[in-house]
Amino acid sequence: MSIDKKTVEDVAHLARIELEAKELEKLSKQLEHILAFIDKLSVLDTGNIAPTSHILPISNVLRKDEPRKSLPIEKTLMNAPDKQGNFFVVPKVIE
Amino acid sequence: MKYEAVIGLEVHLHLNTKTKAFCGCSTEFGNAPNSQVCPVCLGFPGSLPVYNQTVLDYAIKVALALNCKVQEYTKFDRKNYFYPDLPKNYQVSQYDLPLSIRGFLDIELGGKFKRIGITRVHMEEDAGKLIHQEDISLVDFNRTGIPLLEIVSEPDINSPEEAYEYLATLKSTIQYLDVSDCDMEKGSLRCDANISLRLAGAKTLGVKTELKNMNSFKGVKDALSYEIKRQTEVLDSGGKLTQDTRLWDAKAQETVAMRTKEGAKDYRYFPEPDLPPFIIKEDKVAEIKKTIPELPKEKMQRFIKDYGLSEYDAKALVASKKGALFAEECLKRFSDKNKKPVANWIIGPLAALAGSRACETSELGIFPESLVELIELVEKKQIISNLSGKVVLEEMVNTAKTAQTIITEKSLAQISDSGSLNSVIEEVIRENTKSVTDFKSGKANALMFLVGQVMRKSSGKANPKVVQELMRERLESA
Ligand SMILES: [Zn+2]
Repeated sequence: MSIDKKTVEDVAHLARIELEAKELEKLSKQLEHILAFIDKLSVLDTGNIAPTSHILPISNVLRKDEPRKSLPIEKTLMNAPDKQGNFFVVPKVIE
Repeated sequence: MKYEAVIGLEVHLHLNTKTKAFCGCSTEFGNAPNSQVCPVCLGFPGSLPVYNQTVLDYAIKVALALNCKVQEYTKFDRKNYFYPDLPKNYQVSQYDLPLSIRGFLDIELGGKFKRIGITRVHMEEDAGKLIHQEDISLVDFNRTGIPLLEIVSEPDINSPEEAYEYLATLKSTIQYLDVSDCDMEKGSLRCDANISLRLAGAKTLGVKTELKNMNSFKGVKDALSYEIKRQTEVLDSGGKLTQDTRLWDAKAQETVAMRTKEGAKDYRYFPEPDLPPFIIKEDKVAEIKKTIPELPKEKMQRFIKDYGLSEYDAKALVASKKGALFAEECLKRFSDKNKKPVANWIIGPLAALAGSRACETSELGIFPESLVELIELVEKKQIISNLSGKVVLEEMVNTAKTAQTIITEKSLAQISDSGSLNSVIEEVIRENTKSVTDFKSGKANALMFLVGQVMRKSSGKANPKVVQELMRERLESA
């Protein structure tokens, strides 16, 4: 299993991580090892096994539609890197 | 038409539960920013979402009303992307095992039904709201986590008019279920569109454009009409279309291409580990099915059958559930077999009054029996003219008095007795000898002119039908 630099760059972009050339080199190698390890699973024949979507044998966990108290505004904004009035403040991003 | 438009619509719908999808925060609209948030909907580490039972029930109800097959096994997935209105950096949505698939909605256009396929109805959550300023953006997470349904249509829609009708029918159907207010202005219903053109009769699809930012059903229709024109021009001039996302600019009445980064979006969906799957048994589906009322299409067909109404009238009367209940009460009470006058009064003057007060016909404070009394006074007993009837109706809305009281108070009753009418008729004949001669020489219009003169002299109170009869008799006997 080999992974090219372009793929690592794309994944880094998706994760919003900036990588220097040296790091890119190093991570590409590491990722290759990781993927090779995971790839061992492919020796198993899973043709007749339904894909697992949840690891615990539980289902239908639901709650009643009953309001609960929300956080007070001081707590909500307590760890915000930047705030203004009741708002969180972020750098302007327009998609 | 050289080209055929192929349109698919994607509707996002807020469900009107008391609390959000995965936490107990209130969904109320219009409160102080970030006053309805908690560790779950803010995506704080270590918090655990638990799904709202009512949301699941409502979602199943919508899926069934849209004739979808509810899947026995369904689960949530994470849709990963970075945008500041999304505190978790992923949206909880559904990917490969949606709640329901393969439904349809029948729309009516020009007396014909057309079936529009529904690909899927799935459950997800809404994002927050950004307020952009000079060089920062303010974030309000009150809307984050509000339960959403995504309703995806098949590309079975072939014109902007059909798209409009699909949305109107969808809205009306969902409002009958009482699970959403479907208010596009408040953002509780949003719609994106996909559109491509192909040569009429061709099998393969053309290059599609995704349209966003439409704020009303009319906006959707206008944006699609614009896009058909634009794409036709590109194709006709030998150009190539590119697959892009365009925003509708309602002011400029045009679509503008969005700048998009290179490379298709990669959402890296994977099963949401915090939320176990749902197993929806048949008895559960059957139980919810029982709560679905008669829907607009069935009600419309029944109104046509039971009350002899035209398709146009029946459709107008059933558009809203409350309106339809009100209309049916009126139709039942009206003592004539011909129910057309009832439809006319509700769709015409009553709807106009409701429109000017921005409410529904059923919310004007008029009881069905009061409206029927008025309609009978006008149409059957001819106590007052049609025009006075409208004045009385408005007065009924304003004062909550009965039609009879208003007619007496304002002495609006029509004069129908020949005794009082004959003297006016004689007067008009004396003063309009030319018209009398005209009538006798065969000009039928002259009669209407003379009747009009009588109406004028009686300040509109004379019963025009009676006047016409008396006038004709008088002229023909002389
Ligand atoms: Zn919350």
